[in-house]
Amino acid sequence: MTLPLVLEVLIQGMLTGLIYGLMALGLSVIFGVVRVVNFAHGEFAVVGMYGAFILFTTLKIDPFIAMAPLAALFFVVGYGLQRSLVVHFIRRPDHEQFILLVGLAIVMVNGLLMIFGPDARHVDLPYSYDSWMLGPVLVDKVRAYAALAALGVAGALFAFFRYTQTGLAIRACADNLTGAAVVGLDIDKLYALTFGIGLACVGAAGALLVSIADVTPMLAPAFTLLAFTIVIIGGLGSMGGALLGGLVIGVAEALASIIIAPSMKTMVSFGLLVVILALRPQGLMGKRAA
Amino acid sequence: MRREHFLLGLLAAVLLALPLALDRYQTSVLVLVFLAAYMGQAWNVMMGFAGLLSLGHALYLGLGAYVSAALFVHFGLSPLLGLFVAVLICVGVAMAIGALSFQFRIEGVYFALLTIAFAEVARIGFDHLKWTGGAGGFFLSVAGSQGQWWNLRGGPLFFYYVSLAMAAAAFALCVALRRSKLGYQWLAVREDAEAARAVGIDVTRARMSAVVVSAAMSALGGVAHVFYYNNVFSAQIFDMSRSIDIMLAPIIGGIGTLFGPILGAFILIPLGEALIHATQALGINAPGAKAVFFGLALMIIIFLAPSGIWPSLRKRLGIGEGKP
Repeated sequence: MTLPLVLEVLIQGMLTGLIYGLMALGLSVIFGVVRVVNFAHGEFAVVGMYGAFILFTTLKIDPFIAMAPLAALFFVVGYGLQRSLVVHFIRRPDHEQFILLVGLAIVMVNGLLMIFGPDARHVDLPYSYDSWMLGPVLVDKVRAYAALAALGVAGALFAFFRYTQTGLAIRACADNLTGAAVVGLDIDKLYALTFGIGLACVGAAGALLVSIADVTPMLAPAFTLLAFTIVIIGGLGSMGGALLGGLVIGVAEALASIIIAPSMKTMVSFGLLVVILALRPQGLMGKRAA
Repeated sequence: MRREHFLLGLLAAVLLALPLALDRYQTSVLVLVFLAAYMGQAWNVMMGFAGLLSLGHALYLGLGAYVSAALFVHFGLSPLLGLFVAVLICVGVAMAIGALSFQFRIEGVYFALLTIAFAEVARIGFDHLKWTGGAGGFFLSVAGSQGQWWNLRGGPLFFYYVSLAMAAAAFALCVALRRSKLGYQWLAVREDAEAARAVGIDVTRARMSAVVVSAAMSALGGVAHVFYYNNVFSAQIFDMSRSIDIMLAPIIGGIGTLFGPILGAFILIPLGEALIHATQALGINAPGAKAVFFGLALMIIIFLAPSGIWPSLRKRLGIGEGKP
């Protein structure tokens, strides 16, 4: 194993990790505000991937452009889902929320299987195999673009939550629900907006993911687990934590692929998960729960 | 004689005599019903009684299957002895996961996630373990061992009675547990762990015992599974969808009820089979359609009747089943 190879894998892991981070960000935002754990998160990511795949094969739309309409569509879906279904579960016991969303996940992944079959599909961009040489280190162009786009979306989201009225109102709901209701915020609407934003993240992440990886329905449960692992490592409910967790997992899995074996990389992230749960259950950037 | 005893006796008599009226296929469907009822009962001990949501119960099913099969294939050890090893190993793993969780106060969604993570680790681990066939699956030879009941070798009829006995025993065990002191402690912990602690219940011990009982029961389910199917594939037995299949019957029947897992299994499994036949006839992807249907059933039940079908059916039959 040479140094350039290690550097190459490190960079690749970081770039992939940022895209994972964007996906996990959606999960984190939904949990942080609505306090509902989206067990169908990976399924939404894979639907996003198929969406971008279809737009590319039928209309020749580049996934980096398809990202915008997909995010908008996913926002609407998330808004509707919260308003119609999840809203009835906000005050129900945790396990009922999980089971509802696990049921949704099963419907989604098997629906995808029925429509697309189990075969892997991929998007062949004109610049799919281009790369830069940074000295002796090779960097994939597509992966770098996708990581930049993920950072861009995450940055926009940070700005939204920091500088807009709606963003601040949503954060108020997360910090103190009773207080937010007392000052007259429309909680139901803000929750629905949040769920929409969370799914928009995952829709955009799906479009980016399809530019760097093949898509099959069976990715969905793996992505759900991945998003959870990232969010717990970074800190459930922390936005920066989701990106950091994505970076950590991306790098850890990439290194595990070359040091141990590609098929064992998931074990490394679960190992990290167990260590974090034991030593720092609030995650790297999470606040300690009371 | 109370009404529920009469109905239960009637059900037992019918089930004991039923194979006389069934063909091979129908018998095999009922084997699946009993195994699902059995595993549902095991899962229910953790979730229904002690309030610990496991989304990774496939871990214990798979470990039980692999351990007993490996001992049988490599050392010729009868599964009737091998099951003790399988139970011991599953209990050990369960205690390790329990210790990790309860020591570090991993609860709720974190706990559920941890159970999935361990099942996934086992899946990947057994994928790479050449001793048990790796990703290609592990097979029990069928030839030359017909009728060796002490090695759990037999056809659907044999397994009909094995699985029926297992489901009945699991039901009886759960009835006894529910009425025991431990059973009441579980309910107290499930409803309010802090209050339970305040009245002097050792919450960690109560939870740990639920995990151990559930894991030991699931290990036996794994033994029956592998000797019935004669094969086990790590990618299937440890899969998350397997864990979800295990939860389906008790959720539909009624989480935390004693008869719910049995009722759920009797509804779900035949319905699933019928659905497979119907969709195959229509030329649709049958396994996918079945899973979509189960997913929808899960959502509808949890939306409309989160405590399952049994509680309302029970009232209609005029049966009291303790307080839930």
